[in-house]
Amino acid sequence: MRIDCPCCGPRDYKEFAYGGDAVRQRPAYDDTDIDRWSDFVFLRSNPRGPHREFWQHTGGCRQWIVVMRNTVSHEILSVHLAADAPSGTNTTEDLS
Amino acid sequence: MTRKPERLEHHGRIDRGKKLWFSFDGSRLSGFSGDTLASALLANGKLLVGRSFKYHRPRGIYSLGVDDPNALVSLHQGARNEPNTQATMVDLYKGLVARSQNCWPSLEFDFMTINDTFSRFLSAGFYYKTFMGPTRKSWMFYERFIRNAAGMGTATTLDDPDYYEKVNGFCDVMVVGGGPSGLEAAVSAASTGARVILVEQTGELGGCLLNTPAGGKADEWIAEQLAILKAAENVQILKRCTVYGAYDHGIFGLVERVGDHVAASDEGILQHRMWTVRARQTILTTGALERPLVLGGNDLPGVMLANAARGYLNNYGVLVGRRIVIFTNNDSAYEAAADLSNAGATVTLLDARKDIPSHAQEKAERNGVSILAGYAVRKANGRKQVTSVEISEYDPVSGKTSSQIQVVNCDILCLSGGWTPSLHLLSQQGGKPFYDEALATFVPGEAVTEGFLVAGAANGRMSTKSCIDDGRAKGLEAAGKCGFSVGEGDTTTTDLGISDAWECPLLPVWEVRYPNGRAAAKSFVDLQHDVKSSDVELAHREGYVSVEHLKRYTTLGMASDQGKGANLTALALMAEHRNMSIPEVGVTTFRPPFTPISIGALAGFETGPNIEPRRQTPMRHWHLGKGAEFIETGLWDRAWYYPKAGEDLDAAYIREARELRQGVGIVDVSTLGKIDVQGPDAVEFLNRVYANGWKTLPIGKARYGVMLRDDGMVFDDGTITRISEHHYFMTVTTAGAGAVMSHLEFLLQTDWTDLKVDVTSVTDQWAAIAVSGPEARALLGSLDSNIDFSAEALPFMGAIEGTMAGLPVRVIRITFTGELGYEIYTPAGYGEALLDAVTVKGEAFNLSLCGIEALGALRVEKGHVAGSEITGRTTLDDLGLAGMGSTIKPYIGQVLAQREALLENDRQQFVGLCPVDPKAVIKGGALIFDAGTEPEGHGLGVITAVAYSPVVGSVIALALLSGGRARIGTTVNVVDSIDNTNIAAHVTSPHVYDPEGEKARA
Repeated sequence: MRIDCPCCGPRDYKEFAYGGDAVRQRPAYDDTDIDRWSDFVFLRSNPRGPHREFWQHTGGCRQWIVVMRNTVSHEILSVHLAADAPSGTNTTEDLS
Repeated sequence: MTRKPERLEHHGRIDRGKKLWFSFDGSRLSGFSGDTLASALLANGKLLVGRSFKYHRPRGIYSLGVDDPNALVSLHQGARNEPNTQATMVDLYKGLVARSQNCWPSLEFDFMTINDTFSRFLSAGFYYKTFMGPTRKSWMFYERFIRNAAGMGTATTLDDPDYYEKVNGFCDVMVVGGGPSGLEAAVSAASTGARVILVEQTGELGGCLLNTPAGGKADEWIAEQLAILKAAENVQILKRCTVYGAYDHGIFGLVERVGDHVAASDEGILQHRMWTVRARQTILTTGALERPLVLGGNDLPGVMLANAARGYLNNYGVLVGRRIVIFTNNDSAYEAAADLSNAGATVTLLDARKDIPSHAQEKAERNGVSILAGYAVRKANGRKQVTSVEISEYDPVSGKTSSQIQVVNCDILCLSGGWTPSLHLLSQQGGKPFYDEALATFVPGEAVTEGFLVAGAANGRMSTKSCIDDGRAKGLEAAGKCGFSVGEGDTTTTDLGISDAWECPLLPVWEVRYPNGRAAAKSFVDLQHDVKSSDVELAHREGYVSVEHLKRYTTLGMASDQGKGANLTALALMAEHRNMSIPEVGVTTFRPPFTPISIGALAGFETGPNIEPRRQTPMRHWHLGKGAEFIETGLWDRAWYYPKAGEDLDAAYIREARELRQGVGIVDVSTLGKIDVQGPDAVEFLNRVYANGWKTLPIGKARYGVMLRDDGMVFDDGTITRISEHHYFMTVTTAGAGAVMSHLEFLLQTDWTDLKVDVTSVTDQWAAIAVSGPEARALLGSLDSNIDFSAEALPFMGAIEGTMAGLPVRVIRITFTGELGYEIYTPAGYGEALLDAVTVKGEAFNLSLCGIEALGALRVEKGHVAGSEITGRTTLDDLGLAGMGSTIKPYIGQVLAQREALLENDRQQFVGLCPVDPKAVIKGGALIFDAGTEPEGHGLGVITAVAYSPVVGSVIALALLSGGRARIGTTVNVVDSIDNTNIAAHVTSPHVYDPEGEKARA
């Protein structure tokens, strides 16, 4: 795969580290609800098709990015800096 | 009397002026420059080159190239031994040494042919059905013998003296295959200015044109195309290079066999070069492979593909036999028949079709080929070579032959069952080809995967002219898709004078049957894995309905040739058994690699010490100068111990540790992860990340910190020093540094973007040494420095910046050994100068150079947690650090650390162990059991660290023990099942040495 890093341009995926599902919503740091934390840490969907996920360009600019990747074809639908795309779902609309 | 193959005087493209000696099974033979090993063996009359995998049947050269299922040989000798190489793919060179495989005592007389005699008992699934038994025990016994009898070559266990490399390639258009369509596609794509890589798996460009008679228009055309490509700066040609894998986003794996056709040298030669090519568009001009036909004895030496016989004649000047029978169901074999007849062979052509195209008939008559229309070969006779064939009339509807048979004597039986496009790379990327009835095979059709174009025979084009036209069109299309401006293109028709146009559709013939409806007993579908048509039928009868199951049950298509010649026939037979159409049965998906590739090519230079990049501290050379031994810890090389004369590891580390406790010692701790944290919200950030609090940490002070993961487990520990108002200096564990850094960056870049904090890794910018021991203050005080090391000016956990011996330093009074200690940081380039300055003054103090083995022993005595306890499965409470968790502020992991299972009393807790017998030696990794019980299962816990403690006078251990703190004072058994030892040990506090920490605070 090749990922088009917003900072560095298209690079081989080996320069990146996978950071997991980017749909999950991190509870506020002072949230004390054990169920919300539990869902955040342990529950993942495993979609066939577009999947919103975190990657870090560890072999480059070290930026965390949000990549919309099709889990069937590995087609990369969009790439954004994580700071610009803080949360969303597995559909492309929220990453216009 | 049958004739062996022979070399002719005037045919072929070989260079008869360059004779090359080589060896096969110890015989000295000769060939010519331009030969492959297969053509040279044929030229020497060697039809029999191997024994089959299961039945040890004699096998000969079957094809010209990558699809040959039989001619597997071992190349080279000793450490260079390369088993399972296709003789058809090896270019001959002077001194080549090759051996046949899977035969004992010799190729001519193989003892295991007994398997062939009993083959009717050895059908698909025989071994498992017979030897598996109700328990697996009998299989465990028999498996070794069965595996030895089943055969491939034997790999060497010696170090490979040659080397391998990896390179990257980039292009706009990659053309895979250098036949007529590939050459034309490369020329037309390159003409637009696109960067082109043309890949050809053999040593010569031209593809199927090389099987046409030498010296004609085709040779001229190849030379012209090559001249254009070589003159173009935007074209790279890779020969002897196979595209073995197609991956996502236009990435391809290639192996270029650089050294296989070159004599080795003592220094070693570059053997294979692994390419990773990134192409914007890829044109598959991979051609098509001729299919064999299934009939009795179709695996005998002397049976081969019609196009192979033609190629050996026209390219290599080898006439494979004087009396040749050709059996076909399509037009293409008529070309072979004509060429073989013209070269002096007596050729009889059997066409399963009753209606033969007129151009083919005329051609045959003109060239002296006798034709039998509507006939089939039902069986080939012979032992080590075909001697005759049984022929009779063929009914295309039932696939049966008539009972009126004739026996025709011959040397060679050539088969041509149609052509299968090589779409492996497309299939690897999910391309689903469709079934073309007229060609009786799968073709790519419209639905080609993005980034791919297919041209020529691979695209179902069956004449040279249409291949070239297709190649030109696809070359331009690919360049256009890459954004290059494509004009009209050169539309002149290329006429190479090759009359290979197909007029009539072929007649699908999948197996030739006797009048009783069954094929002959030894009718092979997959020659390399010895799968017969009766095995396919058996699989169907036993209920295997999918091709994937058929494949696994019979092992069809699972040999190193991946069933290149067998898959389609097997599908067709399966379809027939199930009364379905071929496309309904479906196709198997191909996986990389297309052809076998060497492990060496995959490894490249990444072997031995180069298997991964090593990290060195800035003081590596200083340690080397002091005679240090090094140890790998993760990616780091660290000074392990400094042996004096006669000392081994144990003697050295025990001495180093003792000298440190008695006086002063020094350790290189530059590997510690170091992170600079700056910004007005730094303290808030640290408060959230660490379990303990930071609001009260004053400037010039350090504090121990522990951080948890989101799930509540301990993540990492270290110290943080407040340098100034908004500037903190964080150290983290050597092993955890990378993960911690990514974690901090993640938080700041995703969810906590409102915090004004910046984190920077400064691990490589700082060298660090730890100086500790009762004399540490006196030693540092003796150096030229502007720092006051007195307990009042620099108390425990104090930090200060200044100079020592003229070097800028940051000194933090913290200790890992339990003694009075200081960590001294200096810019990396000054590390060795700092060590020199300290050791010069240290002579007066009998300064101990300590490696990490001694440091580890000191921490075991002190009972600090380290990586072997912070396993990702331990909580703060497990490690005895419950008090570190703040109760007045939220922090990461706080909530999930309260999960019920993490609060139970029988969780494994951090304790110390001391053997009852001081001479007993506890081993790391040993399991812990209740005293007086029989060791069974996983026990109560595990030993995480051991060291000899001079203080205690025995080996002591740290452990994670179920309900461990409540067991302090009791005795347990420590069991090592590898050494078979069982040692009684007292459970103690982990803190054996100075549990109150008075020495560190001195």
